[in-house]
Amino acid sequence: MTRRKPIATGSDWNFEILEAYEHELARLADEYRLDTYPNQIEIITTEQMMDAYASVGMPVGYHHWSFGKQFLAVEQAYRRGQMGLAYELVINSDPCIAYLMEENTLMMQVLVMAHACYGHNSFFKGNYLFRTWTDASSIVDYLVFARKYVAECEERHGVTAVEQLLDACHALQNYGVDRYKRPSPISAEEEVRRQAEREEYLQAQVNTLWRTIPGRQRADALPSDLDSEEDPLGLHGGGRYPPEPQENLLYFLEKNAPLLAPWQREIVRIVRKLAQYFYPQRQTQVMNEGWASFWHYTLMNRLYDEGLVDEGLMLEFLQSHTAVVSQPGFDSPFYSGINPYALGFAMFSDIRRMCENPTDEDREWFPDTAGSDWLEAVHFAMRNFKDESFIQQFLSPKVMRDLKLFSIVDDDQEEMLEVTAIHDERGYRRIREALAQQYALSLREPNIQVYEANIRGNRSLTLHHVQDSRRPMGRSVYPVIRHLHQLWGFPVRLESLSEDGAVVRRYQWPLPDEEGKE
Amino acid sequence: MTYFIDRRANAKNKSAVNRQRFLDRYRTHIKRSVEEAVNRRSITDMERGEKVSIPTRDISEPVFQHGPGGKRTIVSPGNKEFVEGDRLRRPSGGGGGDGSGEGGASNQGEGMDEFAFSLTREEFLDFVFDGLELPHLERKALKDLDEVKPVRAGVTRDGVPARINIVRSMREAYARRIAMRAPLRRALRAAQEALDEEERKDPVLRNPSRIAELKAEIERLEKRLEAVPFIDTYDLRYNNLINQPQPSSKAVMFCVMDVSGSMTQAHKDIAKRFFLLLYLFLERNYEKVELVFVRHHTAAKEVDEEEFFYSRETGGTIVSSALTLVDEIITRRYPPTQWNLYVAQASDGDNWDDDSVNCRERLMKSLMPRLQYYTYVEITPHAHQALWEEYETVAAEFPDRFAMRQIVEAGDIYPVFRELFKRRAAH
Repeated sequence: MTRRKPIATGSDWNFEILEAYEHELARLADEYRLDTYPNQIEIITTEQMMDAYASVGMPVGYHHWSFGKQFLAVEQAYRRGQMGLAYELVINSDPCIAYLMEENTLMMQVLVMAHACYGHNSFFKGNYLFRTWTDASSIVDYLVFARKYVAECEERHGVTAVEQLLDACHALQNYGVDRYKRPSPISAEEEVRRQAEREEYLQAQVNTLWRTIPGRQRADALPSDLDSEEDPLGLHGGGRYPPEPQENLLYFLEKNAPLLAPWQREIVRIVRKLAQYFYPQRQTQVMNEGWASFWHYTLMNRLYDEGLVDEGLMLEFLQSHTAVVSQPGFDSPFYSGINPYALGFAMFSDIRRMCENPTDEDREWFPDTAGSDWLEAVHFAMRNFKDESFIQQFLSPKVMRDLKLFSIVDDDQEEMLEVTAIHDERGYRRIREALAQQYALSLREPNIQVYEANIRGNRSLTLHHVQDSRRPMGRSVYPVIRHLHQLWGFPVRLESLSEDGAVVRRYQWPLPDEEGKE
Repeated sequence: MTYFIDRRANAKNKSAVNRQRFLDRYRTHIKRSVEEAVNRRSITDMERGEKVSIPTRDISEPVFQHGPGGKRTIVSPGNKEFVEGDRLRRPSGGGGGDGSGEGGASNQGEGMDEFAFSLTREEFLDFVFDGLELPHLERKALKDLDEVKPVRAGVTRDGVPARINIVRSMREAYARRIAMRAPLRRALRAAQEALDEEERKDPVLRNPSRIAELKAEIERLEKRLEAVPFIDTYDLRYNNLINQPQPSSKAVMFCVMDVSGSMTQAHKDIAKRFFLLLYLFLERNYEKVELVFVRHHTAAKEVDEEEFFYSRETGGTIVSSALTLVDEIITRRYPPTQWNLYVAQASDGDNWDDDSVNCRERLMKSLMPRLQYYTYVEITPHAHQALWEEYETVAAEFPDRFAMRQIVEAGDIYPVFRELFKRRAAH
């Protein structure tokens, strides 16, 4: 047993103590091969934390009423004691910015440093989605650019005009993501330079697109015999436009909406870029929180083993940790869905267990993992998956038993709900399958794509919604297509298709004069 | 590589802009809440913020979502009793579905139908005045010069003997004496030394005429030194007192309202807003403001605020009854030497036929000489009647202290208020 020689005792902290702990954490993290961006740890007040919270953790953001709404909501909940403020907030940037709240106890600060500065940070740097989709070194620059650009637009075009545009973009931001192309990282100055170029170029493109439309003839219209250089999109050779359905609605609008002014296109682009930046986070909630929780747990225990924290701190830590990773059952009054911290922590801990103490079951289910080097195994899992595939790959019967998972099918054509699988031999695979599906972003959100822009006729835009398991669109569909209509400028139609391709429901905006919504 | 940065000191109130944007956007909702609060609260209770609720559907940010229906599979934790193939009744709340996705969801079952938040006091007052198109209530000095208080303001060279500042005067005298005597003393010392030198000489060598000369000089100088006055009128300094107009620290506001049948609740609300503005205004000028509520129909009665604005008693109208009562209350409780007296009267202008003349009499003879200011607002879209005409003659008699305007709707309150209280040329 090591002699207890804690760096500090009690719950008060100061910068020297934090630095000393941080130093130890860094040493241990290095032992565990946690590769991180440099850490920038900022101590902030409660109000600043609420503020950071309200702006989805962005250190700088453009102004918008919805952030104000968030702030008021957070403030209210906090004041009423309904919500413990997050004691940490961490930003995927290089250096990785982590916020610590001044009110935290020493234990909390150490926990947060372990959780955020080594857990989340190494996840941001290591996970393939983040590596592919985000550029940690330029995000803060980009945010600065975005904020400045939006502010300039507000000055030139009025706050209301910008606000309405942002409202419309926000409504579609989940559909502003490119799943196949990787954006190239560029700096802020470069962004500003390119922005000007883009403006000119885009406007020229759009003009070409709409130039031949009757009623919008312009004096500088091209002769009708367009060659392929003038018609790069092949718009005039007949056929549908776009030739392939487009799932990135914001991108499509940015490039093709006929009436948007250049600055409006740029703002659409800004919202799209930010949506893209947050896209990996939306797909790795379980993994990210699980990974961070796994590491704060491991690192704190190491600090204790080495005698660097005292029993008091450790007890406080265990209480807090237990609260974070607890999973109330579905029938508990505290139940609010599956807790990503609990599930992720259970899974990463389970991978370590499988490596260190494999059972026959593990050897059967996870022949590659069972008995292997645990550190290698968890790093492999962290790097190469997203929630959906992580669960598909690593959710073990043991974890399903521990959490007592079961699946229910709710079919509106049946009178009763049916329990289709529980945590038993017959159910493991089905539960795992179903849970993975539950985290598939493509199934969580309606599948909507741009089907056709009628560029030769009434310029209307048609979207297709392909139903999954007959699930219809929610009530918010009208407000959203109204926003879409604002951006597009001409009638917008949304057709819901059943899985066999038949149109089951149509929505449109503006509403037809007579028949009402149907 | 890790850096610690202490950000606590900077970037306070960073979200103020976003917060303001939100409040602006929901101005109409918030205004409604604030208006209700104003009507609910007492006039003196404007020092708090206010809780405001907005229906969630009005502030939702729509995104494409699945609606209820179709077929879905839900995985949940905590199974205790189910086995595969169990069939259950659908709970009335509808399918559980996945969580909200954003942190901090409310986990108690009750749905949040209202988005509730608090306005700060400043935001609240902004909205109170916003309803009246009041950008900022200016701190205006409504001059009541009746009372002045002498204040020391340095020293001067002239004044009455009673105000002589002895210390300063003596210091001046001392300085003057030093200044005037120094050259004489120097000359005296020189003469004395010369004399001493002369007298130390051998008697044979002494120059008697020189000695006599020096002696005379010394005598002359001593006389002159003697002649420097100990104190001169030139040295005198007087304490300077100036008369500073002093707003006396107490004021009383009489709210007089007609509650005859023709005054609807809307009329009373307008009156309340008017009284509220007047109160906030007086509050900024006086340390202590008291309120007296007088309501009248055919008879007048002093009541509390609650009864003043909300009771439903009605009857005919005799305005002079209220004025008489105010007059009595002043005599009994608020001696004009100690109180600044304000009367604000709100009425729809309807009065008993012969009574308006009594009102004028009462105002001219007894009330106006004692009041700081009298405002009359007539809340009516209709033509004026006898009372207005009689009051016009009062206004002509006391142009500085009597003001009257007509208010048709809530939007008129603030402009009328400005008009009534605009800075007047000093008299």
